[in-house]
Amino acid sequence: MSESKTIYDKIWESHLAYEGDDDCLLYIDRHLIHEVTSPQAFEGLRTSNRKVRSPMSALAVADHNIPTTDRSKGIGDRESEIQIQTLEDNCNEFGIEYIKTTDKRQGIVHIIGPEQGFTLPGLTIVCGDSHTSTHGAFGALAHGIGTSEVEHVLATQTLIQKKAKNFQVKINGLCQDNVTAKDLALSVIGTIGTAGGTGYVIEYTGEAVRSLSIEGRMTLCNLTIEAGARAGLIAPDEKTFEYLKDKPMSPKGEEWNRAVKYWKSLPSDEDAEYDKTIEIDAGNLTPLVTWGTSPEDVISIDGNIPNLEDIQDESKRSAVKRSLDYMNLVPGSPIKGVAIDRVFIGSCTNGRIEDLREAASILSGKKVSERVMAMVVPGSGLVKEQAEKEGLDRIFIEAGFEWREPGCSMCLAMNADKLSPKERCASTSNRNFEGRQGREGRTHLVSPKMAAAAAVAGCLADVREMVG
Amino acid sequence: MDKFSLIKGIAAPMMNKSGNQLNLMMNIDTDMIIPKQFLKTIKRSGLGKNLFDEMRYDVDGNEIDTFILNKKPFRNAKILIAGKNFGCGSSREHAPWSLLDFGIKVVIAPSFADIFFNNSFKNGILPIRLDEGIINSITNEAMKGDEIEVNLIDQVIVLRDREIKFEVDRSNKDCLVKGLDDIGSTLKKISLIDDFENKASQERPWNIPR
Repeated sequence: MSESKTIYDKIWESHLAYEGDDDCLLYIDRHLIHEVTSPQAFEGLRTSNRKVRSPMSALAVADHNIPTTDRSKGIGDRESEIQIQTLEDNCNEFGIEYIKTTDKRQGIVHIIGPEQGFTLPGLTIVCGDSHTSTHGAFGALAHGIGTSEVEHVLATQTLIQKKAKNFQVKINGLCQDNVTAKDLALSVIGTIGTAGGTGYVIEYTGEAVRSLSIEGRMTLCNLTIEAGARAGLIAPDEKTFEYLKDKPMSPKGEEWNRAVKYWKSLPSDEDAEYDKTIEIDAGNLTPLVTWGTSPEDVISIDGNIPNLEDIQDESKRSAVKRSLDYMNLVPGSPIKGVAIDRVFIGSCTNGRIEDLREAASILSGKKVSERVMAMVVPGSGLVKEQAEKEGLDRIFIEAGFEWREPGCSMCLAMNADKLSPKERCASTSNRNFEGRQGREGRTHLVSPKMAAAAAVAGCLADVREMVG
Repeated sequence: MDKFSLIKGIAAPMMNKSGNQLNLMMNIDTDMIIPKQFLKTIKRSGLGKNLFDEMRYDVDGNEIDTFILNKKPFRNAKILIAGKNFGCGSSREHAPWSLLDFGIKVVIAPSFADIFFNNSFKNGILPIRLDEGIINSITNEAMKGDEIEVNLIDQVIVLRDREIKFEVDRSNKDCLVKGLDDIGSTLKKISLIDDFENKASQERPWNIPR
């Protein structure tokens, strides 16, 4: 067997507390906690009279349920309020750091981890949320877990795991203007399908990946779960170190130097073998949009909605039929020009400062179409503060967008931000499932630039035409 | 967690209609299984009535007659049959909690999403992976409303006239059959975790926060 290792192999091996024939105990370095998937885990600890093994390794924040309107008036919804209060109470009881809803660091759990330097290369990171894959952008092994596993990590600082296989997604070349990390990610999901990564950890390599900013890499890794993979990984490099240096929780002084030296040993060995590899050419990509109710339902903005008779596989055809009925789209017709009612810019996929800058660059001096209600929800209080410092809030507001407080918001519509039945939305979020953004709501996943272009045009539009 | 050995009950196939064709629904996601408005609970129980809520009830809360779990005898189903990639999407354990609370103990599909698959075992639900062709043949029998037996000990599904073997890995099977508490088993290895932590804190001190 080859001695060469992938980055996944290296992180896996350096975190094995126990290796059995069937199962391993993987040591978990960091645990992010939010209000929705944790109350039953803390309750389980109390019932079994167990403690949290390493409270310092956890960081908690409320994001899913929180209103994005003025919070000085309180949470509003009674059930949401109870859930958020329960998180704060549990953190106090078990000695876990909790970022309060009024703290300017509050935000979406996957945005605050990197902002605080809680996320570092070579770590194992978990959270009771599938988009934990985001943190793989730093070369950390990060994945979502269920509530039983949240409890397991709280009690033991480990997870019972089986090793996944290695899948290399190599993205060659460079993206053309107005083609972004979101388009790369949608292209990967469209290529391998929503179950294409099941049983694997995906490592993204290639020129297009290396050239992405850290925030772009987070978008790419974030959407890895939509391709079914356990985690997405990108080897750390100078960009990673530069991003993390001097973050509040990053190592300091001599320990920083030691850490960087170690992190430089993490990238996959040159002759490392993968169980599977695919290659994608970034240069050929155009801005993408989803037409259906699965993130794999991806087409180019200048493409056509599929025709049922072109689909050979029977179960796929019936799935497409259901999607097209739900989305109320005409088979075979162009996707460009489909009228929209709402635009949502935000989420752990696209709620960072670069995303807001990109959207604002399209909106400057333009107005949101009269038929569209558009909103921006910054991913965290720090993103919001930075955007306001740069005057991005003015650009959004003057164009006709609502400028909101941070949280998950209409990505999953657990708070008051949701689509009404039959409303159609161009959204920078991650899932276009039936009912995801509100019962009978219709979601088209796009990049922040494409969402901005759709807001102005009042329909799904090609951002390349708008910037001339 | 209740011990799992043998389940006998009605199996409900989740189907999509295209023309006259009925096909098993693929990509049934956790938002379909339990929509987000029911995730505000701080308990595990009571989610069964909202399983598949938006497919099962109209906007006024009335049952939709054509939905399989609203039809006799499927409203008493203990087994669910579905297409590829069942349980994709969010990590919400509310998905298996709602299935279990409804009475579903077994889900049969050609493939499952990773997190849902793990979450199922932790809650005493058995996810069974089988080839699509075999599942289609089970579906035909299930549609007649006959009871189907799933024997985990012998790893076999018993139909009226034949038996179908299925694979399950040893540790997951053990966990279900013995109704094991994962955390309890892991805590027996606590000295190994202590040793690991001591060693790792020397080699990579920055891994320990602050």
